[in-house]
Amino acid sequence: MAVQKCQSDFAGALRNPDLGVPQSVTSYSSDTPKERFAVYRNNVVVGLAGALEARFPATRKIVGEDFFNGAAKLFAAAHPPRSPLMLFYGDAFPAFLADFEPAREVPYLADVARLEAARTRAYHAADAKPLTPAALSGVALDTLAGSCFTLNPSVEIVASDYPIVTIWAMNSGEIDLAPIIDWRREDALVSRPGCDVEVRRLPPGAKTFLQNLAARNPLGEAAAAALAGDARFDLAANLAALFAGLAIEMANQPNEAALP
Amino acid sequence: MRVSLLPLSAGVSFKPEHFAAISAAPQPLGFFEIHAENYMGAGGVPHAQLRFLRENYALSLHGVGLNIGSTEPLDRAHLARLKHLCDRYQPECFSEHLAWSSHAGIFFNDLLPLPYTEANLTSVIDHVDEAQSTLGRRLLLENPATYVRFKQSTIPETEFLAAIARATGCGLLLDVNNVFVSARNHATSATAYLEAFPLDLVGEIHLAGHFETTDGQGSPLCIDAHGSPVVEDVFALFDSVIARTGPLPTLIEWDNDVPDWAVLLAEALAAQTRLDRSRLVRAAPAAA
Repeated sequence: MAVQKCQSDFAGALRNPDLGVPQSVTSYSSDTPKERFAVYRNNVVVGLAGALEARFPATRKIVGEDFFNGAAKLFAAAHPPRSPLMLFYGDAFPAFLADFEPAREVPYLADVARLEAARTRAYHAADAKPLTPAALSGVALDTLAGSCFTLNPSVEIVASDYPIVTIWAMNSGEIDLAPIIDWRREDALVSRPGCDVEVRRLPPGAKTFLQNLAARNPLGEAAAAALAGDARFDLAANLAALFAGLAIEMANQPNEAALP
Repeated sequence: MRVSLLPLSAGVSFKPEHFAAISAAPQPLGFFEIHAENYMGAGGVPHAQLRFLRENYALSLHGVGLNIGSTEPLDRAHLARLKHLCDRYQPECFSEHLAWSSHAGIFFNDLLPLPYTEANLTSVIDHVDEAQSTLGRRLLLENPATYVRFKQSTIPETEFLAAIARATGCGLLLDVNNVFVSARNHATSATAYLEAFPLDLVGEIHLAGHFETTDGQGSPLCIDAHGSPVVEDVFALFDSVIARTGPLPTLIEWDNDVPDWAVLLAEALAAQTRLDRSRLVRAAPAAA
């Protein structure tokens, strides 16, 4: 048997337990060493489920260990990694959960998973020097509206119809578990001001505001668009949230902290 | 000639949960080893920690995803990521495995075995050549822990590794726990394996824990789990190796159920004691 076929048989049998032990495989104790081959199969399944467990701890807490492991194994079978970079394995897991029939009773689950996936990306995002309010003090007020900004490479907005920031915080140990009285939609700002990834609740209109800033529209235009989309938009509150998350930088400035 | 630039002393595989303890005080260790793929993000804490290790200790980069044992071409994008990491951190050593981990675009996240045939030997030699010329450095290739054999295999593993090293100039990473695990799983002699192993090409040693169960026939099935202390039998094999070679860079791997830093450090210091003893034993006849 050609070595190519030997390897593809091995790979196929790893993915499909119904295929049994590959023909080329043997051992001193058995010609079809089922338990020995199963070590490899088990390493693959347990390794992938473990990677998802490490990346989605709050999601796991919400549904419990058994439900999560079952979902993780089904996801891993349908969406095996395509790259040896396991850091980002599971980017597609939130979308999988959104369509996962058994999770239908927990409609916010996929959004919490999206928030956790964004946190991992923020954790590994490029280092950058954030803009502090002090740096803005040199900008003349009349030019501020025309200024463009860039978002910190770690920034992601996770919009939801559910109070996902509160739910995530309760299931990640940030705050105590308690009934959520004020059940309303929350958009999350995920950013990494320094070493630690932070999650903030965004004020109304912030999503549109940030999307406009990300598109390099000037501050004034971004604010106008946000106000047009949501009459509750408050520029001061939004800038405060962005500064708190150190989420923005002035555009057209060299990024001094960028690594070579 | 030295096969790696790591110091001839004990080191550990770095776990982020130990960073606070490691950075609080100088550690009596020669080097740290990291899994290269865990540092292929753009920035953040992993790189800040790696910079600290780089500045304070000798560094070994250990790849787990290059797929050297595959019959398919190497993933050039992955090789480029490894080169970027090597260029950025200038490790004293880069090592990879005699194994495959990807096939037809799917990454299996495990080190999978290959038949030892002439065709595979040629393919592995090509891959090691390509990796070394791209990285601009010599690599160390690690002997695997295996659970099954292939009917097609015609070349003993020790000869297979020696032939790769001869053809490519690469060094070898001798994982003594893998030697023990494979010997148990194939009912062969670990001692005979080590006698056949080209020890002069070894640039680093790995030690780790394993556990044992049985297969469907009741025969021992030994799992390379990296989740417990090094067993005495593996330490004894290690002693027999360094009695022949003298001290070598020696790594304690503990990847699952990771213990407190004090426990891992004690394990590394136990290996260091054995390295020191081997130096004395080897020095004794010359002094007499």
